[in-house]
Amino acid sequence: MSWDWDYTRAFLPDLLAGLWTAVQATALGSVLAFALGLVWALLLRSGSRWVTYPVHGAVEFVRNTPLLVQLFFLFYVLPSTGIAFSPLATGIIGLGLHYSTYTAEVYRAGIDAVPRGQWEAATALSLPRTRVWTSVVLPQAIRRVVPPLGNYILSMFKDTPMLSAITVLEMLKRAQEVGAESFRYLEPITVVGVLFVLVAYPTSLALRALERRVAGPVATAR
Amino acid sequence: MTMPLFLLLLQGLWVTVQLTVLAAALATVFAFVAGLARTSTRRPVRILAGLYVEVFRATSALVLMFWLFFALPMLGWQLAPLWAGTLALALSYGAYGAEVVRAAVAAVPAGQTEAAVALNLTRWQRTRLVVLPQAVVEMLPSFSNLLIELLKGTSLASIVVIAELTFDANLVRLATGDSALVYATILVLYFAVAFLLTRVMRLLERRAKAAVGRGPAAPTAPDPAAPPAPTGGPLAGVAGALRRLAPAGARTGTAAGARTGTAAGARTGTATGARTATGARARAGEGSAA
Repeated sequence: MSWDWDYTRAFLPDLLAGLWTAVQATALGSVLAFALGLVWALLLRSGSRWVTYPVHGAVEFVRNTPLLVQLFFLFYVLPSTGIAFSPLATGIIGLGLHYSTYTAEVYRAGIDAVPRGQWEAATALSLPRTRVWTSVVLPQAIRRVVPPLGNYILSMFKDTPMLSAITVLEMLKRAQEVGAESFRYLEPITVVGVLFVLVAYPTSLALRALERRVAGPVATAR
Repeated sequence: MTMPLFLLLLQGLWVTVQLTVLAAALATVFAFVAGLARTSTRRPVRILAGLYVEVFRATSALVLMFWLFFALPMLGWQLAPLWAGTLALALSYGAYGAEVVRAAVAAVPAGQTEAAVALNLTRWQRTRLVVLPQAVVEMLPSFSNLLIELLKGTSLASIVVIAELTFDANLVRLATGDSALVYATILVLYFAVAFLLTRVMRLLERRAKAAVGRGPAAPTAPDPAAPPAPTGGPLAGVAGALRRLAPAGARTGTAAGARTGTAAGARTGTATGARTATGARARAGEGSAA
């Protein structure tokens, strides 16, 4: 069977619309993941067992179970609790929650990498606890966590096809619908794969470059 | 959820385990072939392996699964669903694994390779006997993360109608209407398998570390008075390789061989020399560390 270019041209705009949905889901999902991840990381450093044990358990549980099942859980269970979200919003919440458990670990490593002397200096200046975090620790930690967080944006983007399972019209869902109409799946699904490579590969190159730039000064500062 | 429905979930769990094991085995093969190919001296081989890794890392496992399931038959190849799922997962996670293999091989100290070159081992012997045994130790932590990712990835197979855990859960949900209970149950099941896998991998890590003399053989605190492990030290890899290369007879009759001065004895002489040198170095290293 040969490739049908006319058919490809006909459905391409539809897939690009799906790509836009996937990009939106990734962007909003990462904002949620970055915010929640920081919350988990800070809670895990709270020092009280009553806080750290449950948070640690929950984070480990979410990390070690499939995103797809979590999406199903949210999609079928949320409406029965009376909270109604659109499929896309449900997907964003799912992605954000799942990835927040990864970003929590990244923040933890970033915070741990802030030299002890910085903490000691902040104590010596008797800065209040909030100032220690907002003015001393976090500005230094955030710098180190930018490249790994970028990698998680990328893997979140690669997970967006799972949203098709909860009826979000992203690329894969649209490719499925196009294919179901014409009984030709070869072109739409191949194009989805190509679009993924076209977006993800340059992004990963850019991230690698960023990583190198950030890693330089940090390594010499030790 | 009634008993038969729960048994259906367990049946799905069994398929999930099968998928995980098959895909992990195949992914390991892809990872080693592609990872080692990326360190090849031949440019076309490197480029080809690089292309595989970048393409399959950039696309999503689910898209790949769809492609194998729906697009490949249009090109004339039809795979059984379980194999399409296995192949998609293996290709996808094999690409991630290839990067792990490459990084671990690059992390083996250059002196190991140089020593192996100096001992006139062939390129293949060098890789198989000196570099890989040490690199594998470095790979294991990353591989155990990937294995958990792969386990979670098997849930994607439910979308291409493979009756694994998530697929059966959807059936049970339709039968009972109790989504919260059904999905909570299978989340716990997935977590249990993941937990078990993590434990097994950690055990493997400890064993592998002990086998190349990095880290204690038993999970007890190291006794400073105890003699150093014979396999320890910076040249452990090369010495181990030589021991494995030596013919069986020579290996058993080390002392006798050296005394009689046969060719075999001379060869083992080298090996023992390397071994004792290693021991001495390990001891010196420990002294300075303490």
